[in-house]
Amino acid sequence: MEDIKLLETIDRYLAGEMSAEEHDLFETIRKNTPSIDQMVKEHEMFLLQMDQYAAKRNFAKLTEKTFQHLLAAGEWTLDNVAPSKVKIIQLWNKYKKVTAIAASVGGLIALTTSAFIMYFSPSLNGNQLLQLSKDIEVIKKNQQVQGHLLNEVKSKVPENATLLSGGSGFLIDPKGYIITNAHVLKGNGAIVINNMGQELHANIIYTDKNIDLALLKIEDKDFDAPNTIPFTIRKKMSDLGEEIFTLGYPRNDNDIVYGKGYLSAQKGYAGDSSSYQIQISANPGSSGAPLFNDKGELIGIISTREKLAVGVTFAIKSNKIIDLIASAKENEAPTDIKLKVTKVEHIAINRKVQINSLKPYIFSVRSFN
Amino acid sequence: MKAELDEQTLLKGLANNDSKVVEALYQAHFNMIQHFVVNNNGSFDDARDVFQEAMMALYEKVQTNSLVLTCQIKTYLFSICKHLWLKRLQQMGKYSSPLSTQEETVSVEDDLGIFEKQEANYTMMNNALNSLGEPCKGLLEGYYIHKKGMQELAQEFGYTNADNAKNQKYKCLMRLKKIFFAQYNMGDK
Repeated sequence: MEDIKLLETIDRYLAGEMSAEEHDLFETIRKNTPSIDQMVKEHEMFLLQMDQYAAKRNFAKLTEKTFQHLLAAGEWTLDNVAPSKVKIIQLWNKYKKVTAIAASVGGLIALTTSAFIMYFSPSLNGNQLLQLSKDIEVIKKNQQVQGHLLNEVKSKVPENATLLSGGSGFLIDPKGYIITNAHVLKGNGAIVINNMGQELHANIIYTDKNIDLALLKIEDKDFDAPNTIPFTIRKKMSDLGEEIFTLGYPRNDNDIVYGKGYLSAQKGYAGDSSSYQIQISANPGSSGAPLFNDKGELIGIISTREKLAVGVTFAIKSNKIIDLIASAKENEAPTDIKLKVTKVEHIAINRKVQINSLKPYIFSVRSFN
Repeated sequence: MKAELDEQTLLKGLANNDSKVVEALYQAHFNMIQHFVVNNNGSFDDARDVFQEAMMALYEKVQTNSLVLTCQIKTYLFSICKHLWLKRLQQMGKYSSPLSTQEETVSVEDDLGIFEKQEANYTMMNNALNSLGEPCKGLLEGYYIHKKGMQELAQEFGYTNADNAKNQKYKCLMRLKKIFFAQYNMGDK
């Protein structure tokens, strides 16, 4: 306690926040007490270091932002990007994934067909809605089949775990926080797979079945955290007829799929004001995929599909993410999440560039027990 | 005369974190660096990294050295980039023949020496912050990096009032200083 008081005093002294008398008094003490004098010098030096650090970090961020902005605006062509590094990593990740599956899926039962087996949500909307998660039926892991041959490439799904469900998700904070649908997570464990095929461990931090959203956090040393998130979350309601697009992993092969459409109603199923109705081709596995408008703002999360009308899909409104994080914080889940909410309106940019910059932030999510 | 004036304005803007100036410098000079790096065994990403470092070096120079630059910004940036890229190629064992260039260069060894030292200090502070854990890391970053007030931080981190947050901040600061100086003094000997 004493130390804190002293540090605070030195801090105020160096910041020039003391009254004249207090200042004089402190100067006298400092002059007569070498240890205090030493502490003042040390703190002054530390604050200088911190100052330089802060300036440098903020400037680095500014350059990064400027670069991304100009890149997105098409200032530079990427044509002469040397393919070497990126390609090799990509190939290795893909290969790793394939071999990992080969190693583990000796006993895999009919993945493709069962993925399309309809699942009728018992709780949320009766039998009317088909949840878009891939209910991957009973995928038994059988590592022994391939034995020691492929020892070095292990899937991050634990041995003997059963994959229960899957869908899509997306990063909302560079620290590794991912949003997906609650119904995508039927098991207790989860992994996420990025667009390069790299598997990463994720912890389920918080789920809210009522709004059907869940928060994951990547906890993996292989995770290459980005500096920033390239999109903002729209708080305001989106307009009817607004052009929208999504990126997700509806198929089983971890290839990211693009879909576009428009906002067809500002309320969801049976007048549900927490979601939109959208016209977009959504397949099983799109659940949890982000929905963007043409300015690249996040406006929703794809969630459920009406059973009969093909092409009619629902999306949870993006402001529910803010609610989710608020209730997560109330429930003592981590408090270090920073959401990037739209403050100034963006302008629409080239879609291909947009997709390219968004891709690394969208993940395939698998849940297992 | 006009050009000189413009360069001074740019440097002044850079010293003040003017995003328009940063953008102008990227627009004016990044292509040159990209061209140079890509033609010398590098990729677009390498060019981005090298150019960012050069921008940091220039930024630090205008911060500390008032606004004196003995050559054009373009020449300065190119010289730094060339040096940095050469060094990186050597580290990767790729360096074979002298790098092809028609651009004018100036001697930047002294500046790079200072820059490297500052980089080391930066890394030390960064490591110290990262080893703190939450909420200390977020609290101190909020205060020192993002320059938020105690009131705002109290709200963000769920403290009942600014005084509580401040108290917590000092506790965290003591831990940070301890970690920082442990590294700092080790580096000194």
